[in-house]
Amino acid sequence: MAPPAATSTGESLARPEGWEGIVADWSSDQRAFKNVPWGKAMMWIFLLSDTFIFTCFLLSYMTVRMSTTVPWPNPSEIFALNIGGQPIPLILIAIMTFILISSSGTMAMAVNFGYRHDRVKSAILMLVTAAFGASFVGMQAFEWTKLIVDDGVRPWTNPFGAAQFGSTFFMITGFHGFHVSIGVIFLVIIARKVWRGDYDRGRPGYFTSRKGDYAAVEIMGLYWHFVDLVWVFIFAVFYLW
Amino acid sequence: MAHAEGQQHPISMYLKIWGLLFVLSTFSYLVDFYNVEGYLRWSLILLFMIMKAGLIVAVFMHMMWERLALMYAILVPPVLVLVFVFLMTHEAGYTFVTRGVFFGGP
Repeated sequence: MAPPAATSTGESLARPEGWEGIVADWSSDQRAFKNVPWGKAMMWIFLLSDTFIFTCFLLSYMTVRMSTTVPWPNPSEIFALNIGGQPIPLILIAIMTFILISSSGTMAMAVNFGYRHDRVKSAILMLVTAAFGASFVGMQAFEWTKLIVDDGVRPWTNPFGAAQFGSTFFMITGFHGFHVSIGVIFLVIIARKVWRGDYDRGRPGYFTSRKGDYAAVEIMGLYWHFVDLVWVFIFAVFYLW
Repeated sequence: MAHAEGQQHPISMYLKIWGLLFVLSTFSYLVDFYNVEGYLRWSLILLFMIMKAGLIVAVFMHMMWERLALMYAILVPPVLVLVFVFLMTHEAGYTFVTRGVFFGGP
């Protein structure tokens, strides 16, 4: 039996650039996204759809915040922590932001070392990324506990002001935290595959039975950077606004 | 094809972008820390947000090295979200006025 046809479109060929390139790519009667593996194009399309989901959440937050006649709670005070007897505004959220950005940095380097076939460094950097992600989720759990247990914030009421604060807060940060948790799980899975050398030896994947390559690390990276990207928007419009 | 596998960039570039993201995050935190208010606050927050998002998408996600066909397919649809923002701003304003009229709010 003949071996299955290669499906990678990773080769770089000379192709027209600019607008001519867009027309040529889309009208080529082949796959439109040249020079990227299909998995990467599909991850981008998934991320686009995920963008719309988070957009809907953030827009509904904007709408309820603009339309309520009750004053909106001040996130700067609610998310302050007492350190050395002084309330420092938003300090936990700032630390979470720096942690997520750092995890994006280590992930970007993991992708780089993956393409250089430096298995150990790539896997270690991915595990560091996963550790950052897990600590982010841990801090979020701490933040939720403080809000629910100490402050009595509920999706339908809270002691600070507009009731919509609770519902949008739990919805948006909850969905983002869920994304981070899924990302941590997949980071560990991909790191294990890299560590074991699956992508060097062409070991068939568990579900797909297909050979993977180091593009899998970059695809994982795309998802992880997206999680960081969403947090940039949440941090700006929910916590700082 | 072994010579051009995937995206190959020097590590130092990622470290620089990482540093820049740290600086921008610090700036946006300082906006809150020093209680900047009003339009200055909102424009600063949005400015730092857009810059951070741009750096992450362009460099960390390698979008600036992709072909235009992919770039436009992914980056143009989210821009259309601005129409949605416009619609919901007006919807929210209308709801706010209606609540004021019928529920005697402020």
